[in-house]
Amino acid sequence: MIDTHLPALVVVLPLLGGLLAVFAGRGVLPWLWATLVASATFAATIALLMKVQAEGVVTYAMGGWQAPWGIEYRVDALSATVLVVVAAISCVTTFYARLSVAKEIPKDRHNFFYSLWLLCQAGLLGITITGDAFNIYVMLEISSLTVYGLIALGGNNDRRAFTAAINYLVIGSIGASFILIAIGYLYMMTGTLNIADMSAKLTEFYFKDEQLYGTKNATIYVAFAFLMVGLGIKMALFPLHTWLPNAYTYAPSAVTALLAATATKVGIYMTIRFYFTIFGVQFSFGQIPNRVILMACACFAIILGSVIAIRQTQFKKTLAYSSVAQIGYIVLGFSLLNVSGIAGSIVHIVNHAMIKGGLFMAVGAVAYRTRVTSLDALSGLGKRMPLTMAAFTAGGLSLIGFPLTAGFVSKWYLVTGALESGLWPLAIVVLIGSILALIYVWRMIELIYFAEPREDAPTREAPWSLLLPTWVLIGASIYFGIDATLTGGLAESAARMLLGNP
Amino acid sequence: MNQFEIFNYWIYVLIMMIGFYGVIAKKNLVKKVISLGLFQTGIFLLYISMAVVEGGVAPIADFKDPNAVYANPIPHVLMLTAIVVSVSITAVALSIVVRIKLAYGTIETDEIEEMDGAE
Repeated sequence: MIDTHLPALVVVLPLLGGLLAVFAGRGVLPWLWATLVASATFAATIALLMKVQAEGVVTYAMGGWQAPWGIEYRVDALSATVLVVVAAISCVTTFYARLSVAKEIPKDRHNFFYSLWLLCQAGLLGITITGDAFNIYVMLEISSLTVYGLIALGGNNDRRAFTAAINYLVIGSIGASFILIAIGYLYMMTGTLNIADMSAKLTEFYFKDEQLYGTKNATIYVAFAFLMVGLGIKMALFPLHTWLPNAYTYAPSAVTALLAATATKVGIYMTIRFYFTIFGVQFSFGQIPNRVILMACACFAIILGSVIAIRQTQFKKTLAYSSVAQIGYIVLGFSLLNVSGIAGSIVHIVNHAMIKGGLFMAVGAVAYRTRVTSLDALSGLGKRMPLTMAAFTAGGLSLIGFPLTAGFVSKWYLVTGALESGLWPLAIVVLIGSILALIYVWRMIELIYFAEPREDAPTREAPWSLLLPTWVLIGASIYFGIDATLTGGLAESAARMLLGNP
Repeated sequence: MNQFEIFNYWIYVLIMMIGFYGVIAKKNLVKKVISLGLFQTGIFLLYISMAVVEGGVAPIADFKDPNAVYANPIPHVLMLTAIVVSVSITAVALSIVVRIKLAYGTIETDEIEEMDGAE
């Protein structure tokens, strides 16, 4: 009974849970409720992944209305993987949130905070699981609206959070509106909103038009152009990343960890869905010089993102710009259009979620003990907070792509993919990116272990309820660095599915 | 196809671009929020226009007339959702603008940037 409704549960649980969290009152109860809901959702996604691995694609007709008329939920290897990542990170960050939120957000707002928190997860999971184009837009707006609110909550500590939130709101709404326009044009051409149906009709229309009239169908091109910009904003692809650094820097610590690990990843998932599933490789990369554009943006993101990260004086901002660079790696991966490249980009979605989530949690643990966020606040913390800093160092090494870390696995796939396509300059860009990452990570490690502690440096280790979730993510990233059969296997089967040769 | 037939689409682009210009060029945050609303309203017009069927009537089943032509109801329904989204965005934006006014004492982006730069 519950088995058949699993896909619906994944979205309904956090959606209803989020609404109910408002009534949980004050104190520890809202957190307890959020933890319960997030854990249940995580369990549901795991069950779903196992079902997909056993039976193949799982579909679910919302409310019993059959596709293509009703809203269809569709789970394949790719969406199941992303679902598990999002739900796992949400679950771990919810555990982490209790102390961090208690410190950074006024007591009377906790129920609202956890309400937004769960609704945001519902939106992100909804984007991933849905098989309906308009539903993607609705879920996108659910997750975006809650994220704007969550970022603005950081304004209780630093007023710049408000400006970061309004900037993201304006840019993000324009991006989402562009996606809405594109979906409108696609609906105009195909008369359907179901992704599978739309994809079949689109290819048919496009090539029929060219045969019959000898001209290209302009509407589809316009839709594609709007999508490229809208999706670029949502996944923070250089040069559309301007909202990201401030939003990550001034949001509450727990929110930064959740955002950095999930929000942009889901944006990338959407991009892959639109480019590969709806338009198809033949159109997205054959008819439009999209491949060159994506590769150029990705290379700029990797190099410039890392260079700007080196120049930052606040450690949260360094990590935020490093995220811009990491998104470059992921985009570079799928624009290679071969199994290794796409698998590399999916593996990096998983790995980077763990690495950045863990890093921002370690940063949050530092913020819990000291208010200062400038780079030299890290001085000598290796002696004062050894466990937190060990996690931070392990995460940093993974960002560089040090062997035996998760980052190495992703980069291995990417370099292999680049060489398979014969594009060795891209492999060099990946290596230069690693060297630049070495510089900004080393600057922090040097301060942590080889500098004298400042006078206002914290004297105690972070509490265990912050340390444990941090180490869960960092430990997972080390585990998947040593044994990548699970992530690699999932990613490769998803990559084959996207390229249409299972 | 004469230009008058696609009159609605011209207006949609016009409204949308006026809004887009406002979002980029205006320094006052409330004006930015108004422009954002205008931008999204343009999109509603796009969807509503595409629902038109020549000679179509409101899509309420008329069993007496089996040959009745109906306008496509789906875009209208989609826009109901989009209107709700647009209103929510305006509400969230305005509440953040209120907090900005309280924290900075101004809602002009250039003045806010100056104050942030000084910190």
